Amino acid sequence: MLNSIKTNHFEGNASKELGMMYFRVAIILFGAQLLMGLIAAIQFLVPGFLFELFDFSIARMVHINALVVWMLYAMIGATYFLLPDETDVEPIGIGLGKLGFWVLTAAVTVVVLVFIFVQVGAGTEASIWLITEGREYIEAPRWADIGIVVVVLIFYFNVFATFIKSSKKTGIMTVMIANLLALAGLYLAGMFYTDNISMDQFWWWWVIHLWVEATWEVFVGTLAAFALIKLIGAKREVVEMWLWIEVLMLFGSGILGMGHHYFWIGTPEYWWEIGALFSALEPVPLIAMFVHVLYDWGKEQGIAKAKGETGSVITNGPAMAWIVLNAFGNFLGAGIWGFFHTLPQVNIYTHGTQFTAAHGHLSFFGAYATILIGMMYIGVQGAYGAKRMKMNFNSKMGIFLTAFGVMGMTVALTIAGYEQVLVERAELGATWNAFFVAQNLPWYVQGQMWRAIMGVVTLIGFIYLAVDLLTIGKKAQAEEA
Amino acid sequence: MANENLSVWTSIPFWRRSAAWVTGFASILLIWLTFDTLGQISMGNDADLKAGTTKRVPGPTVINYKITYEMSKKRGHEVPVIGEKEAFFGKSDYSEKEARALLHLGKLTSQAKNCMDCHTLLGNGAYYAPDLTKAWIDPAWSKTGPMMAMTGKSTREEAMAEFLMHPSTYPTHARMMPELGITAEEAKGLVAFLKHMSSIDTNGFPRNFGKEEGSTNAQ
Repeated sequence: MLNSIKTNHFEGNASKELGMMYFRVAIILFGAQLLMGLIAAIQFLVPGFLFELFDFSIARMVHINALVVWMLYAMIGATYFLLPDETDVEPIGIGLGKLGFWVLTAAVTVVVLVFIFVQVGAGTEASIWLITEGREYIEAPRWADIGIVVVVLIFYFNVFATFIKSSKKTGIMTVMIANLLALAGLYLAGMFYTDNISMDQFWWWWVIHLWVEATWEVFVGTLAAFALIKLIGAKREVVEMWLWIEVLMLFGSGILGMGHHYFWIGTPEYWWEIGALFSALEPVPLIAMFVHVLYDWGKEQGIAKAKGETGSVITNGPAMAWIVLNAFGNFLGAGIWGFFHTLPQVNIYTHGTQFTAAHGHLSFFGAYATILIGMMYIGVQGAYGAKRMKMNFNSKMGIFLTAFGVMGMTVALTIAGYEQVLVERAELGATWNAFFVAQNLPWYVQGQMWRAIMGVVTLIGFIYLAVDLLTIGKKAQAEEA
Repeated sequence: MANENLSVWTSIPFWRRSAAWVTGFASILLIWLTFDTLGQISMGNDADLKAGTTKRVPGPTVINYKITYEMSKKRGHEVPVIGEKEAFFGKSDYSEKEARALLHLGKLTSQAKNCMDCHTLLGNGAYYAPDLTKAWIDPAWSKTGPMMAMTGKSTREEAMAEFLMHPSTYPTHARMMPELGITAEEAKGLVAFLKHMSSIDTNGFPRNFGKEEGSTNAQ
């Protein structure tokens, strides 16, 4: 991946090169996310670790912001990568796009340095503008928000203009154009300040929920559709029909599923019913996506076999492995683990406990990290012009250890969350003292310990993954030469 | 496949149209409900409080009153109850302007100090430190709780402010809150912010919150 930009087989296709640039920053930020998570996990067990030097709040803030930013980077990268293939024209404005990339990367660097070295500010508007907005997931200060909006506008203009220029209007691109507009526009809902905490959280969820439970999921649907055509030669008609069904079900359940965040923040009671009904439906499209990926794979393999061809229809082993993992992880992490605590009768006790953390870990990994890593493998294959790319030891260790590690963290946090809910919320009444009693329960502590161990497993998996992304392209190229 | 029109179930235009209609309908419903909700969660004012009008999010001058969290038989869960006048930092007649300024400072400070990346507010945030939704009425800060004695203060608000300014001087557990450079004025604002938050009608979250006297409302 490192040399993939200079010595590539994109034949001057600048859009794909730009995509690879985004992928490279994404994978670095993914590593940073894991390191920060490890610090925070250790702080749960050894509270004195880096105390008043690099506190939990800072480690956790960088942990989740690196997560959001690497995923956005990989999403932009994936879009620039598939743009020429889906439009058959030379993408517009890539020079400007490259400038946007450097501006965004410089801004992200400054924001992270300020988070790490300045950490907190005085209670003034200036702190919100220059240091942190202090709102989970979208802590980036206001100046950076504006910068992000400008860069995203450039990105969107490029994609939109290319789409308009092309005479080929694929279903994948149509969904992409509409969905990206919603995705980018929603960020604006998080760019204002209010003294009213209920109002604050109401709009905050417009960004967070309508990203991760609506527009990001649809984005995953478009990537999966593109990848299936690319990797196993799935028929476009079938894939795009499924994509529209997925859009129907994802937006049909996800948009009003927002109600499950409006149970307890000061908002009216009717959100109980609306949130319960629609969020309970949210796993349905995830089952559909899972079935769709496996069914298409089996079907294409069967067709090949009937034609008397031997060997696999998969042209990129690791990418396909990550995309199948996505189908499974999305359903398990977002679907099952989300459904666990989505009904108000359950959520009144589980809201804001380690249950949420368990769901967060498996769903971000299962739904998003997996498919974006799959896209990176597709990028590497293209960059080295390899016709086929097979799993090797590093790719296998990378996917197995990260998946096993994240699943382990999720199970450990779920058990810790269960302890916390029963003791802190149900038995002792959710007070300050109840919180600390639960945090010190032996089985809760044991859960946190396993989380830290599984975090290390995930990190080792990441190292294999990073090494593989850097080397697999060259190996595949050498084998074919 | 789509062109042959063998069945509507395999027709791309059918699914495309359905997706557009369902998305449009869901979006319109969300926007409509948003208008209703925004009306219900807009912040009240001093006149509402004086007239006894119940607002889901009361005005900032709620800091002039005693706030409790009581079981409502009608709603089946606890709700915040705004009671008698009560001194807040020795004063119970904050004007709307003064109270608003205090709340503004407190909310800004809560963001600038990143409270939400350890604590939860209304249940949202990180899970490293206690939920702050009803922190104001937490028994730990009452006359019978440990915090007043520990900080050497005689009122809830002074004890909270003192703790916020020097948290690691008053450790309650191995896991401590770090010094965040909170000034006396910011601490006062933060306590006003917490008191205001405790008056928000959260549909009974947290359920069965620990009482100052006796145990919880769970029977």
